[in-house]
Amino acid sequence: MKITVDEAKCCGAGQCVLIAPEVFDQREEDGIVLLLDAEPADAHHAAVHEAATVCPAAAIRLNETA
Amino acid sequence: MTTSPVADDAPAEIPAFPQPRAAACPFDPSPELRGLAKWGPLTRVRSWSDSTPWVVTGHAEQKTLLSDPRLSADFSHPGFPSPVPHTGGKREATDLSFVGMDDPEHARLRRMVSGAFTIKRVEAMRPVVREMVDDFLTRMLAGPNPADLVQALALPLPSLVISELLGVPYEDHAFFQTNSKVLVSAVATPEERAAAHTNLYEYLDQLVGEKLAGPGDDLLSGLGRQITAGELTRREAAAMGVLLLLGGHETTANMITMGTLLLLQHPEQLARVREADDPKVIVSAVEELLRYLSVVHLGRRRTALEDIEIAGRTIRAGEGVILLGELANRDPAVFPDPDRLDIGRDARHHQAFGVGTHHCLGQPLARMELQVVYPALFRRVPTLRLATDLADIPFKYDAVIYGVYELPVTW
Repeated sequence: MKITVDEAKCCGAGQCVLIAPEVFDQREEDGIVLLLDAEPADAHHAAVHEAATVCPAAAIRLNETA
Repeated sequence: MTTSPVADDAPAEIPAFPQPRAAACPFDPSPELRGLAKWGPLTRVRSWSDSTPWVVTGHAEQKTLLSDPRLSADFSHPGFPSPVPHTGGKREATDLSFVGMDDPEHARLRRMVSGAFTIKRVEAMRPVVREMVDDFLTRMLAGPNPADLVQALALPLPSLVISELLGVPYEDHAFFQTNSKVLVSAVATPEERAAAHTNLYEYLDQLVGEKLAGPGDDLLSGLGRQITAGELTRREAAAMGVLLLLGGHETTANMITMGTLLLLQHPEQLARVREADDPKVIVSAVEELLRYLSVVHLGRRRTALEDIEIAGRTIRAGEGVILLGELANRDPAVFPDPDRLDIGRDARHHQAFGVGTHHCLGQPLARMELQVVYPALFRRVPTLRLATDLADIPFKYDAVIYGVYELPVTW
């Protein structure tokens, strides 16, 4: 799995941080997404999927074949 | 095979908008508006001044449209569907900062304040909010019984929280609560709303001036620093202050009262909230209450900047679009048996805070306040019940933010 985030679309809701804190964080100054791990271990995949679906700005993209 | 109506299915007469809720079902969206779904996920309605904006009822279509940059949130656009009747064709131009702007201008301003609403910053406030709730409940229990929950807890709590975050002196609360109430009232005259906005704007402008002279570590002082750095005008800062103060009031306050009232009608689910050891139960309950109640009703509003094809229809450039979150949140395609309150269901895909770039900035704070307040209330006051009949509760049918004017409770 390879994750990309779209900082321009991100609205700083922080849902991804709540769901997958090992993978996502927020910039302190404006709450925009910080990708901690672009290729997380299998154990995090389910949470990352959930974070991508719940993201209100659809700012998280997943490439499953990578 | 499809059972959805095709594009040329349309009602013989354009349905009127808005439509009242049914008095016997104060927690449910207007039955007439729900009936619009038979014409497909969007349909044309007749609103104020003979305008004929689109109303979007479907969850998927609202999600798509609210994420589409071809829909503008700019209030000043001639096609923008006014949430309130305007007199003599005169349109109100209330400056609510980035709520009425599009990107990139919207993002420029919003990102100057969004750092105050990160998950970590909000989590750090949770113990403080717990203490505030305890204090308000202690005072309520020491005062007259019955009490009005709106005045005892639901309004003062979010008011105090947002005041502290912004750096607004809470002792002025009567002033800003009164003016906030007028601004979200649909029965106030345009003149009354304009006066309320001017009052709040002048108040915030003066406060920004004070923060410039003697900054602290609050949000308004942060805006003061942006002004000094030449990144923000004082006018922009004051308008943003009005927006945040307003946004922190009526929405959360009405969720507190409506959630309490709804749970009192569902004692077995109330008991689950009261007795939950696992914070996940409370998190889930709050999401379901947000979905079910959808206090931001009467529609999110936009204007199409270009022709947009969706669900077999064409929204033409310049046309108004009203997206009804309370209907998206009862869409059976997303929420099975949507009229059943179930605090255990997965309700996270609700649109109570909107979708896309304008997704509610204050939602982490609102969620945290609600997660604290419901269990605290039902644990501290286990015998809490209504002090009147449900039929006698005054609902805010006429306000932009739905709720109740009073909630008499006893214990």
